Amino acid sequence: MRYLPHTDEEIRAMLDVIGRKSLEELFCSVPDHCRYEGTMDLPEPLNEWSLTDHFSELAEAMKVTHKNKVLIGAGSYHHNIPVTLGTLMARSEFLTAYTPYQPEMAQGTLQGIYEYQTLTARLLGMDVANASMYDGASALAEALLMGLRIGKKKTKVAVSAAIHPHYREVVRTYLQPTDHEVIELPVGKDGRTDVSGLAGIEGVAAVAVQSPNFFGVIEDLTTLGRVIHEAGALFITSFTEPLAYGLCKNPGECGADIVCGEGQSFGLARSFGGAALGMFACRDQFTRNMPGRLVGETTDIEGKRGFVLTLSTREQHIRREKATSNICSNQGICTLTAAMYMASLGGSGLRELARANYDRAEYFKSQLIRKGARIVFDSPTFNEFVVEFGTDFEPIYKKLLARKIVAGLELGRFYPELAGKYLFCVTETVAREVIDAVVAEVKP
Amino acid sequence: MTKTPGISGLIFEEPLLWEKGQKGRHGMSIPASDVPPAEFPAELQGAGPEFPDLSEIDVVRHYTRLSQWNYGVDSGMYPLGSCTMKYNPKINEKLAATPELAAAHPMLVDDEVQGNLQIMYELQQYLAAITGLPGVSLQPAAGAHGELTGMLVFAAYHRSRNSRRTKILIPDTAHGTNPASAALCGYKPVPIKSGANGILKVQSIAEAMDEECAGIMITNPNTLGLFETNIREIADIVHAKGGLVYGDGANMNAIMGVINAARCGIDVMHLNLHKTFSTPHGGGGPGAGPICVTAELEKFLPVPSAIKDGDIYRLNFNRPESVGRVHAFHGNFSVLIRAYCYIRTMGAENLKKASQLAVLNAAYIKEQLKGTLQLAYNRPCMHECVFSDALQAEDKITTLDIAKRLIDYGYHPPTIYFPLVVHGALMIEPTETECKDDIDQFIATMKLVVQEAKEHPELLRQAPVKAKLRRLDETQAARKPCLCG
Repeated sequence: MRYLPHTDEEIRAMLDVIGRKSLEELFCSVPDHCRYEGTMDLPEPLNEWSLTDHFSELAEAMKVTHKNKVLIGAGSYHHNIPVTLGTLMARSEFLTAYTPYQPEMAQGTLQGIYEYQTLTARLLGMDVANASMYDGASALAEALLMGLRIGKKKTKVAVSAAIHPHYREVVRTYLQPTDHEVIELPVGKDGRTDVSGLAGIEGVAAVAVQSPNFFGVIEDLTTLGRVIHEAGALFITSFTEPLAYGLCKNPGECGADIVCGEGQSFGLARSFGGAALGMFACRDQFTRNMPGRLVGETTDIEGKRGFVLTLSTREQHIRREKATSNICSNQGICTLTAAMYMASLGGSGLRELARANYDRAEYFKSQLIRKGARIVFDSPTFNEFVVEFGTDFEPIYKKLLARKIVAGLELGRFYPELAGKYLFCVTETVAREVIDAVVAEVKP
Repeated sequence: MTKTPGISGLIFEEPLLWEKGQKGRHGMSIPASDVPPAEFPAELQGAGPEFPDLSEIDVVRHYTRLSQWNYGVDSGMYPLGSCTMKYNPKINEKLAATPELAAAHPMLVDDEVQGNLQIMYELQQYLAAITGLPGVSLQPAAGAHGELTGMLVFAAYHRSRNSRRTKILIPDTAHGTNPASAALCGYKPVPIKSGANGILKVQSIAEAMDEECAGIMITNPNTLGLFETNIREIADIVHAKGGLVYGDGANMNAIMGVINAARCGIDVMHLNLHKTFSTPHGGGGPGAGPICVTAELEKFLPVPSAIKDGDIYRLNFNRPESVGRVHAFHGNFSVLIRAYCYIRTMGAENLKKASQLAVLNAAYIKEQLKGTLQLAYNRPCMHECVFSDALQAEDKITTLDIAKRLIDYGYHPPTIYFPLVVHGALMIEPTETECKDDIDQFIATMKLVVQEAKEHPELLRQAPVKAKLRRLDETQAARKPCLCG
């Protein structure tokens, strides 16, 4: 076995030093009643080439692949990924390193994360960003828990019904055992969150809104922020498509206190939903309430600039059960990939790409309207929108699938009131001819 | 003075991203628009972020230079205790990037993604076989996330029995994240002291366990690298009082095919795929922390999970008593693929052999270094061994000094100052993928460092001197935090 380097002679020599007769004898402290009986029921080992063949079969079992045009976003987006990202991230100095506890041996990871923190804070208009969250959903749950910590005696949080349904499920999972009440704020006919009911509710620590929301609608964050702050709650904004901030006002400008979301759009493959990247940022005054790992600048004993993990007194290994979170990892490779993507695009490129996404979705909407379909929410959207067709769309979906186009996501399983309506997404990867092909099938 | 790029000719200086670049450079091509431009509402429009504009080679050089300041398993031995820094096979990286699998959107219907569902289903089966616990959820994205999910299962189990428990037993040799994970579910940790020999006494559990306690979180082998011999008796006591037993599987690399978690009385266990199952640590993530549970607790696991229905693989959402989702989609799927590849490459016999050799390497180091460094507990160790700096006290040399001097010799230091039960701890976990020659060289180097501590202690206090940077001022970083440039 090529991963196990020991020869029989070496094993014998090492056992002699230890004073044991066999490998089995190394486990003499294990009582019989704890032992594994028989052999683990696993398939026979495969060599490198047989395993590759097996993966060819798995690949063939996929009906929808990279060769399809998948017009679904909903928290996972297909954007072009420059080949440089894959090449650089495959460098084993990044890939096979551990969490940077020994900063002198990990300045690459540390400076990379510090740069990611900075670019993320700039993107979101916040003071501080961490590099630690698993995905957009758990980042939102952590943000609400942080809101409850800051809100001290307050026991309720409110979340918009236009937040990704899976994110709201994760929030419920996280908050359920500690009996915190999660209030759901309704969505208006314009597809935006209705916060008018908030004034009548006491004890709300934080309110979370997603923009662009699950329906692709860009929320009026400035107005929402004002109402939420007047109600005495912290204003949390979530997102699934950070590219939107190349064009939209950033959440910080709109008064957000904590911003969290999913960074997959920035250079990570969809990869069936993971590994993902939870982005998380806040204002200065809340830094010590933040969950997760932070990298800070410092100097070495000769005065040279360097970076270290810092503010760890918030964290689980020091504060134990009083920590701001149990998280002890950072999203290392995913954060570096996202930073590399932001660096590759630059400020100018981010704006150009955001605009390209916006223009394409607007073109798609205009063509659908021309064919008599209805755009369900008339508020401005970014690269996603909800469509209602006059007739049953299911047969058209199947017909388009046969032509390698996955035409949107049916919304009935998430919002029964939107059954039969479809959420569509187009990014820069969808050519006009694909849009035209879908539109051509729509019956007036 | 002119600043030149090279330090040694091989190690380069490199500024921060925003200290480079010129407005108008491009590092990535953007397809030309083939649709008419649309008006964006002015009241929603922002200025866009202040990012530097860089060319492709600017980005490539930047990250290439950064990578050269890092140390990975591919660079050399990484004897970091409790982290299982074993070799990360290259074929796993290649197969995880299989375009058909890696491009899959997570909300496609089952019929469209059979290959990915097959991987999930089979991996669930494999992890069940390895632990002896039949219910598996692949959703948790890290070890600590698995612990949290496990505690959610505890809470759901007690709630289903109309009981509400407030405390949880956590030994002082458990992993550091355990108390914080339990606290997220509202459990107050009750610390349990390990016995004089480094393992838990049955009596301590019998005294602490009551009907207010949801159960116990136990790391086995524990963070001293010792097998908790009394685990079965402890589990029986906890079960008798209506509690559950959580097994922190971070140290699974010591016991594959040797120990059956179910037979130890464990009800819930997480596995760190980035430790035991060879997926890369990536400088801190992403990992994966699936949990395995008894048949009785399976109904509480997160939804969805993968099932096989005739010849078709499906996602199963039908679990009314589920704790709910813990991840937006299916966990860190790209990490799951790598672990799947590892298990398919190894098979049952080699996984068991890997555990045996991991223990052999640790026991060998323990034996060879026990006079050089103070051994914390002289018992048979599993996959790691814990020393302290007690013998170096007379030279006024600390664990930190030893760790930093190892850097000058090209080793990543062991885990230091953990576990907390050993003052000045040095925790060494070599893993099975280090060969005898390299282990011998590490032992010789450690002896050399200890010799230096006696003869030239300044060499240790000044170390490292050969890294790109000298010791970094962590106090300054925390006192005046500069977290954003």
